[in-house]
Amino acid sequence: MHNLQSAIRNLQSKIRLYWPLTKSLQTGLLLSTGLAGYMSARCPVMHWYDFLGLAVSLFLAIAGSTIINMWYDRDIDASMKRTCDRPLASGQVSPTEALRLGLVLSLLGVGMAVVMSPLYGLVVFAGLFFDVVIYTLWLKRRTCWSIVWGGISGGMPILAGRVFGLGHVDGIGILLALAVLFWIPTHILTFSMRYHEDYQAAKIPTFPSIYGFLATRTTIAISSVLAALSIAIAGVLIGMEWGFVRLLAVLSAGLLLLAVASVFRPTERVNFGLFKYASLYMLSAMILLSI
Amino acid sequence: MKITLLDRILLLATGLLAAWQVAVGINGANTLPMIAYTIAFGVLLVAGLLLIILGFDVLESPIVVIVSTVIPLSLSLGLVWEHLAACRTVYLVFVIVGFLAILLTRLLPLRNILPVMVLAFVHGIAGLTIFLLPIVWTLTGRAAPGFALVGVGGALIGVGGLLLALLKAGKPLLSRSTILKVLPGLLLLMTAAFVAGFALA
Repeated sequence: MHNLQSAIRNLQSKIRLYWPLTKSLQTGLLLSTGLAGYMSARCPVMHWYDFLGLAVSLFLAIAGSTIINMWYDRDIDASMKRTCDRPLASGQVSPTEALRLGLVLSLLGVGMAVVMSPLYGLVVFAGLFFDVVIYTLWLKRRTCWSIVWGGISGGMPILAGRVFGLGHVDGIGILLALAVLFWIPTHILTFSMRYHEDYQAAKIPTFPSIYGFLATRTTIAISSVLAALSIAIAGVLIGMEWGFVRLLAVLSAGLLLLAVASVFRPTERVNFGLFKYASLYMLSAMILLSI
Repeated sequence: MKITLLDRILLLATGLLAAWQVAVGINGANTLPMIAYTIAFGVLLVAGLLLIILGFDVLESPIVVIVSTVIPLSLSLGLVWEHLAACRTVYLVFVIVGFLAILLTRLLPLRNILPVMVLAFVHGIAGLTIFLLPIVWTLTGRAAPGFALVGVGGALIGVGGLLLALLKAGKPLLSRSTILKVLPGLLLLMTAAFVAGFALA
């Protein structure tokens, strides 16, 4: 009995340490896009085990790739004020332990996806490959344009969900993935402006450090327009009810208002407000696509 | 003044009510009134979200005066278009000219009383329309009794607009902290009155 209690306590403390490695909010947001992609396929019959399988496999793959990303970037995290307390950077979890955990979760996620549907598994694998190999290992430390590849991998969950629902890749799925790709700069570039000095100290090339703040803000505004347009067109093509299209248009107008305000009246508050609003916007858009 | 958890909850409830109204629309409304109502409730929704995210400091922005004008103008335009067919064109012209006048007097560096006069006139006409039209229509039996709630919402938006406008003009009726304390509740009550009024009309 005593051993069991101690084992449970040990497991609880491990989960408490491992959970931050998954960047739960980011993983949750990407997972919501995957589930929305599936729901957008309007499957004639939706089985709970398909839905659950999709959620579990996507969660494992996204969390796994995030942990591998955090494992590889632990030196960057340790050199930045914002991230130096993370479990890997602060030495609470050993690099080997984190790498093993990331690989196991990734393999389980991709493996489960392949068993559920080979094409779905391929898209999930592509997302993981773009994120880990192209974005993290190859480009992140070399060019600020790496976010394009980060964006492509970010668009894979929604495409994967739709592919799983339909059984094939279609134009709407690509459009939804593009919407996430265009939304990613709003999310990442606002963040890289807020923590500009941290990234410079870590010698990570970012848009603000290469092209300056005005160009970065303009990029954010343009990509916000493109993201909103892509989601709206996809919504109409999916057959979203007009009431929801109206609501999406209103939320998009808020996003554009903030993006334009950040170009013409830039302040730290507006910049971080845009970052937060963009997350809320994506989550709302995914809920609307799913209804 | 820092935004509290209760403020956030009230603003979220305001946003959700406004979102619901945008999604379900107004029964029987044609294209133009539907667009007008969508803009009014859409601004309420986005304003609620921005207040939650950015806090009360967002009210300091000069854009707030311009954006907050959109709510009474578009709401009153929807009401006039639906219920006062004879005045449609005149009121549409008033809304466009009024909005442009507020926009210009706010963007140009004018140091006289003109910006406040223009704001008070345009807000006043739009606010009175939202307040009086539903109540008169209800009293004369041209609309169901519940429609009067839209007028109640109009009165509340008038109170809120007056408090904020006088605060910004440097002649506040109440202290800044009192105004900000009642603002989230006032916004929720106002939105609830509009939504209930349109549902019961």
